[in-house]
Amino acid sequence: MKAFAELIKTLDSTNKTTLKVEALTEYFRKAQPKDKVWTIAILSHRRPPRPVNTTLMREWASELAGIPLWLFEESYHIVGDLAETIALVIPRSEKSTEKSLNQFLQEIIDLKKKPDEEKKEYLFENWLNLNYYERFVFTKLITGSFRIGVSQKLMTRALSRATDIDEDILAYKMMGNWEPSKISFNKLILEEHEEDFLSKPYPFYLAYAIEDEPHSLGDVAEWSAEHKWDGIRAQVIIRNDELFVWSRGEELVTDKYPEFEDFVGPIPNGTVLDGEILPFPKGKIGTFKDLQTRIGRKNITKKLLEKTPVILKVYDILEWDGDDIRELAFEKRRDILERLYAEVSSEEFPLHLSETISFKNWQEAAAERENAREVMSEGLMLKRLDSPYLVGRKKGDWWKWKVEPLTIDAVLTYAMRGHGRRSNLFTDYTFGLWDEEKEELVTFAKAYSGLTDKEFRQLDAWIKRNTLERFGPVRSVTPHHVFEIAFEGIAESKRHKSGVATRFPRILRWRTDKKIEEANTLEELRALIP
Amino acid sequence: MKTPLLAFNEKGIYCAQADVYLDPWKPVKKAIISHGHADHARWGHQKYITHNSNVPIIKHRLGDIEVSGKEWNETFTINGVKFSLHPAGHIIGSSQIRVEYKGEVWVFTGDYKTEDDGVAVPYEPVKCHTFITECTFGLPAFKWTPQEHVMRDINTWWQQNKDDGKTSVLFGYSLGKAQRLLKHLDTSIGSIYTHGAIENMTEVLRPQVDFPETTRITKETKKEEIKGNIVLAPPSAHGSTWIRKMVPYVTASASGWMTFRGARRRRAIDKGFVLSDHCDWQGLLEAIKETGCEKVICTHGYTDIFSRFLREQGYDARTEDTQYEGETGQLESENEKESA
Repeated sequence: MKAFAELIKTLDSTNKTTLKVEALTEYFRKAQPKDKVWTIAILSHRRPPRPVNTTLMREWASELAGIPLWLFEESYHIVGDLAETIALVIPRSEKSTEKSLNQFLQEIIDLKKKPDEEKKEYLFENWLNLNYYERFVFTKLITGSFRIGVSQKLMTRALSRATDIDEDILAYKMMGNWEPSKISFNKLILEEHEEDFLSKPYPFYLAYAIEDEPHSLGDVAEWSAEHKWDGIRAQVIIRNDELFVWSRGEELVTDKYPEFEDFVGPIPNGTVLDGEILPFPKGKIGTFKDLQTRIGRKNITKKLLEKTPVILKVYDILEWDGDDIRELAFEKRRDILERLYAEVSSEEFPLHLSETISFKNWQEAAAERENAREVMSEGLMLKRLDSPYLVGRKKGDWWKWKVEPLTIDAVLTYAMRGHGRRSNLFTDYTFGLWDEEKEELVTFAKAYSGLTDKEFRQLDAWIKRNTLERFGPVRSVTPHHVFEIAFEGIAESKRHKSGVATRFPRILRWRTDKKIEEANTLEELRALIP
Repeated sequence: MKTPLLAFNEKGIYCAQADVYLDPWKPVKKAIISHGHADHARWGHQKYITHNSNVPIIKHRLGDIEVSGKEWNETFTINGVKFSLHPAGHIIGSSQIRVEYKGEVWVFTGDYKTEDDGVAVPYEPVKCHTFITECTFGLPAFKWTPQEHVMRDINTWWQQNKDDGKTSVLFGYSLGKAQRLLKHLDTSIGSIYTHGAIENMTEVLRPQVDFPETTRITKETKKEEIKGNIVLAPPSAHGSTWIRKMVPYVTASASGWMTFRGARRRRAIDKGFVLSDHCDWQGLLEAIKETGCEKVICTHGYTDIFSRFLREQGYDARTEDTQYEGETGQLESENEKESA
């Protein structure tokens, strides 16, 4: 645990990737095998189930710190991280532990079954006897995932250096369902086990956003284009008469999309497809909002399946006839995919092909991109015809060329203190648009990103001086500043006061040149609904 | 209802009986100034009154102003109101301002800390009925480590960087933090270089405090001579072209905000040391208790939270809006000043 806490501290105290990889590599060389398995699990968000609910943890922490619960809650709101808050408010200790990370995690797993009194005793004991950083890490193991700027990719790179195993192979080994408490480092990383690979997906290849105009990509004839679908990126695996559906976050989501059970049988074993899960209500592609009714749901009812069925918009094939075909050129893979599609497709079959579009020149492509919203896409995807299927986000062969966002000018009405790294600044903003009579500002969106640190500080100072009312962490401010807000999509919504929900709103520009009277109206926003 | 001895209006903290302002943020006829930071000592007043040790500081910052200096505990009376200045321990020349009229005593802290930093004259509690306090770090999450430990960590960090062949760049406000760091750096490790803004301010303060030797970085300073040594720079130098001369370098910041893991990362600084010129949570609570006051007015910082806690402890506590900005504010105003 000491070494793990030290590792987290090092990772946490640098922004430099090289130093992070160095620290991780060093750790993977020296740590106990069992601790290594847990470290991989934790950094890839596979922590054990939470043994104590956070309400109790807050109560107990405020009790141990000798402060009222409301004060703990306020502190938590400002610090932004529960484990960090707990580590900060409890009386200091300089003690350190000799127990291994594995021992701690076994104890945490066992803790779940114990009565509350014993849980409390266990937490108090550790909170009081660990130094600040170990205490933070210990609490973090219980409460949630570590966000310390270590991606799976970065960890894989370090592990590769420490074990001399190829990064792609490691990425493959670490995917899927494995139990950190039951698997050894040998079995997970070092040994090869064919039978474990049945459910394992391939690492996704991710596209970069195009930086300038696409003619910089060269000859249009070398590229394949298709629409960029706005759903959930997924890999669908059919092996040994079983179906596995993986989302991009490397989550197994097979149970959430029972529609795809139809694939087993018609699609031969040894097939892996890459595509987008899209909502398909009333026989048409729906909005992302429709899909959200399926994402969070644990129980998929018959009613829900009827109301919002899904389809897989397939665009690539990674395994065919049991062979990994990622090295084949994109056009070759598409040939295989299109032949498969022609054989299995029917009106009711929940597999749709993402059609490729060919263009004579980039102007034609640009025109098609303008058409994106009509066909419920976010823009175009450009894929080099002779490119293999790569691992992770790599520049060069796949580009996303999104349609320009929708924008509207809105007035800042409320501000809230940010979380975590922005906890001492007001950086979370609410924006309003004018009602019909231009008398009242109606809230339509919240946005947290899009300003520079300098602008955030400027606006923060202004907010502190122009507060009208305080509601806990939220302040209403004098309507004065106009911002251009960009968003990806817009739909009717009963849950919002404005009657409209926007997708991914963010600040595009601070319109210091505009007066609040020049901000847009709700009417003008509604006109953008397709 | 009788007029309170001190009232908060749009210009600052106003004593109507004496027709004088404490740390006003708009130009006034007569201002008593707690200390030299830009959000407390502003430009444009007709007459300034402050502690003798702060006179050179505000003259340096504000230019040719009419200022009269006072000693600690020296009482001066304006229209029957007795004023006196008492050490606040925040930075050199920082005072609490005591105001007494017809037996009623108010104390305005400006900014303060209870720990003796070896540079500023240490904080002294002053008995009063009403205590106007800052609470920049008025949350139980803030607990300072004794300066001795923090400075040991800073010196260890410098030595380590030197061993790695790197230059240490340490950020601290040019007035206050920079001199506090300077005073306690271990000169057996190497030499201390300074950014112009810090060198100028330190120059002003040398007659008052014995500081280690420093070298101003100028256009002529050779890159090789800085290597492995330590550079003191204001936060605004971070990310500027000026800093390129220090390559290869490692950065660190010393501030109370470094308590939060996220604060350091947001500023893209390699290392954060928790060292503040304000009180931590316990420091504030103890300071208030020692004044024996009944009423507390919280000016800047986590005012709502802190005053609510005080009310629960039985104090008559409330919040007043001011334009003082604690540590963030200093960063802002220094940016303006130093980029100008």
